Amino acid sequence: MAKVLIVCEQRDGKIKKATYELLGASAAAGNETHALLMGEGVTAAAKDLGQYGAKTVHVADHATLKFYTGEAYALAVAQAVKTLSPEIVLASHTPSGKDLMPRVAAKVGVGLASDCTALTFSGAKLVVRRPVYSGKATAEVEFIGAGPAMATVRGNTFSVPKPDASKSADVATIAVDFGSLKTKVIEVVKGNSERPDVAEAAIVISGGRALKSAENFKVIEEIADTLGAAVGASRAAVDAGYRPHRDQVGQTGKVVSPALYIACGISGAIQHLAGMRTSKTIVAINTDAEAPIFQIADYGVVGDLFAVCPVLKDEFKKAKES
Amino acid sequence: MNIYVCVKQVPDTETKIKLAGDSSGIDTTGIKWIMSSYDELAVEEALRLKEKNAGSLVTVISAGPARVVDTIRTALAMGADNGIHIELPESADNNFAAKSLAGALKKEAKVDIVFFGKEALDDGTAQTAQLTGEYLGLPSATVILGIEYSATTLKCKREIEGGSYEMVEMPFPCIIAAQKGLNDPRYASLPNIMKAKKKEIKMLKAADVGASDADQKLRYKNFQLPPPKQAGKKISGDAPAQAKELVRLLHEEAKVI
Repeated sequence: MAKVLIVCEQRDGKIKKATYELLGASAAAGNETHALLMGEGVTAAAKDLGQYGAKTVHVADHATLKFYTGEAYALAVAQAVKTLSPEIVLASHTPSGKDLMPRVAAKVGVGLASDCTALTFSGAKLVVRRPVYSGKATAEVEFIGAGPAMATVRGNTFSVPKPDASKSADVATIAVDFGSLKTKVIEVVKGNSERPDVAEAAIVISGGRALKSAENFKVIEEIADTLGAAVGASRAAVDAGYRPHRDQVGQTGKVVSPALYIACGISGAIQHLAGMRTSKTIVAINTDAEAPIFQIADYGVVGDLFAVCPVLKDEFKKAKES
Repeated sequence: MNIYVCVKQVPDTETKIKLAGDSSGIDTTGIKWIMSSYDELAVEEALRLKEKNAGSLVTVISAGPARVVDTIRTALAMGADNGIHIELPESADNNFAAKSLAGALKKEAKVDIVFFGKEALDDGTAQTAQLTGEYLGLPSATVILGIEYSATTLKCKREIEGGSYEMVEMPFPCIIAAQKGLNDPRYASLPNIMKAKKKEIKMLKAADVGASDADQKLRYKNFQLPPPKQAGKKISGDAPAQAKELVRLLHEEAKVI
């Protein structure tokens, strides 16, 4: 058993799914699980984190924390680490988590194992493994020197625990001295997409060059919206201008690990496979039976995506409704 | 302005990774080494800033084994003025690298801005820019898609998730980590490649910049290749039959929908 601090993430007061995954994994291993919740007006959300495994939630509720800035948030996390002396500190490898935790590691004076995809709690120790060369290999990461062991964890590495309504967490406050901050967020501009981000979604459906145009991605988007999935794209599709770079899955894009990955018209270049091969279930739809993508697909459909996808959308819809 | 760019040398993205015999790392035999692609954006941004500010100098720094000098030369061929190589062991982690980079920057007379790529294509940790910022006491902004410069501050367009972005303001001196979309990196011209061969690269050891093995906080070990996947199921029939069967399998067998 270890004393674990989970750095929670919220946006607009809504707790991220990845946070629940970490709370659940830590609690399931029998750890003394503490959570740190930061933001403005977030105290009300603290108690319920107990339903997902937090024993105590430490809240830094401050106007300075209204918008995420690495500078201010890192001061809050470093303060919590100092106050609580956990043996293990975990955060999600989300856009915020990736920006934040190196700053914290430097302040605390420890190493940070980023983007871990396998974690084992062993007594007070943490054993982690992470992909290197974008998933073309993995390596165990050993922490050298004094703790705490600090890591960020890839989304979907653990599943979201079932909330237990009978439980609620103790709530404590963390006071942070922000001093004078140099960075400030002037404006947040929301994307127009209602879909989840490709790096966070539990289901990702991606299209490749075979889509032939940006407009044709509609067949993929329709399936995505039926399933609440994110839309991804191969590098070829992004280079051709069919999708923005933020949707790119692969070594020079995002590395994803959803429960279900559906590759449509993607041949499976080494750099794309590197970005999605840790997905739990992989489906490939491609006219070329020899395409490398079929070597890692759990389910292969040799066929024309333009013929298969519309029917697939209807079948998913039926399955959802039944 | 005194503009700095930190670059990392990584295996070409087409590289098929093989493990070293004892699994302590990868077999680097025959690997083609390139500048990490996000670092190319960092070099380009530094050069554009120099072009807008007469009298500026762009210095490119890389920490790593002897081979990384080639990547410094690549940046010099793109147009950087001079280079610094800090020799570190192959196994150096992000912290050791950041301590070394910060140490080298502290030795410079004046630093106005330091550009990085948002992450490297080999370890993909996205740490070194922020760590270096912490060790220098400078503000840093990561995943930057665009920059508006004014005399004393910058406004950065920072990518967040789901297509959203935010505008972050910070003063000089500061650190920027570039994301794809910031610019289109130039290619080195042949005359510039020739010129780059004559440009100076300062050679430093870790000890020269106040870093040492004690700054190594992580050790990578026991490397593994992804387990080979079992051949999956091929679903036959016409499109409607295939779609129907696929959904049935995802629902009943894989239980993912």
